Amino acid sequence: MKLQLSTSLSFLTAAVIFISSCQDGKKLPILGPRAAETVKNADGSTSIDTVYKTIPAFSFLNQDSVAITNDKFKDKIYIADFFFTSCSTICPTMHRNMKEIFEKYKDNPEVMYLSHTIDFKYDTPSVLKKYAQKLGVDDGRWQFVHGSKDSVYKIAENDYLVAVIEDSTAKDGYIHQGWLVLIDKQKRIRGAYDGTDTKQVAQLMKDIPVLLAEDKK
Amino acid sequence: MRRFLISSVLLIALTSIIYSCQDAGKIKQDVYYVNGRDLYIKHCQNCHGANGEGLGILAPPLTDTLFLKMNKQKLACFIKNGIKDTIVVNGQKYEGTMPAFPELYDIDIAQLLVYISNSFGNKQGMYTPEQVSGDLKGCK
Repeated sequence: MKLQLSTSLSFLTAAVIFISSCQDGKKLPILGPRAAETVKNADGSTSIDTVYKTIPAFSFLNQDSVAITNDKFKDKIYIADFFFTSCSTICPTMHRNMKEIFEKYKDNPEVMYLSHTIDFKYDTPSVLKKYAQKLGVDDGRWQFVHGSKDSVYKIAENDYLVAVIEDSTAKDGYIHQGWLVLIDKQKRIRGAYDGTDTKQVAQLMKDIPVLLAEDKK
Repeated sequence: MRRFLISSVLLIALTSIIYSCQDAGKIKQDVYYVNGRDLYIKHCQNCHGANGEGLGILAPPLTDTLFLKMNKQKLACFIKNGIKDTIVVNGQKYEGTMPAFPELYDIDIAQLLVYISNSFGNKQGMYTPEQVSGDLKGCK
């Protein structure tokens, strides 16, 4: 009798663990550094809260020479990357893959795209506009932005956690990583995928609906 | 019986010699094709795509057989020196520039051209390094 009870108990525990782990699997991790902060509750007591890394306020010129800020991505999830129009190495592959996602979520205005140019000298808004038109993605959901070297390089390294360097010895003059960074509606980083790797891009395509479903609850 | 065996062996040997002779050119082309594919993946695929489909109106597709035929003598120049002029491929204008690949040797370009002009629905046979060096002399 005792044995039977413990067996059924362990079965029950296994089932609970199994079910709960299934639910965990449906949530994307929150990436980047985090901090613990003491917050004051409504009743005057204090408790410890986790503060996640978020993308700070920004303002850049887009392909239509309009200054855009975080507000453009309010209540949207978006995929951010860093590129330049004359890049002949990884950028075309990244944007070929991103365009595939763009086409797939054509009917979903909640999913947006934000490409920052790191060629602050040449890639003016008009150059970005031409690029967007030629890529065939200039319908407003995909923003191409230009900013000062300082502002773009800083947000890349500190906030999107993507390395970008101006390097005159590189073939096209710049070195950068090809991450596609997935940002949620609370401006937190929920994933980073190598935009040149078909497997990782496929994973990103799988993760987008998971993130979208999360906000529906 | 013995005579039959000897003569049949001889016959087989003879046919295989003739057959392999005829195919030496084809084998060389196959070698070029395979090497050309590696070079294509390294230098061209980023923009022109794994199936030569191009990328929007940024990079033209490599599926326009007529274009490849009409510009056969210019193809080596396109790769070595890049393109700055507007070109028309499949009836679509392409205005951007194509980067130059001065680091490629004549044999690399020949192998690339064999791969491109015999893939993506094209079938235009062999390019030799001699052809490439001849074509490069005529670049504008």
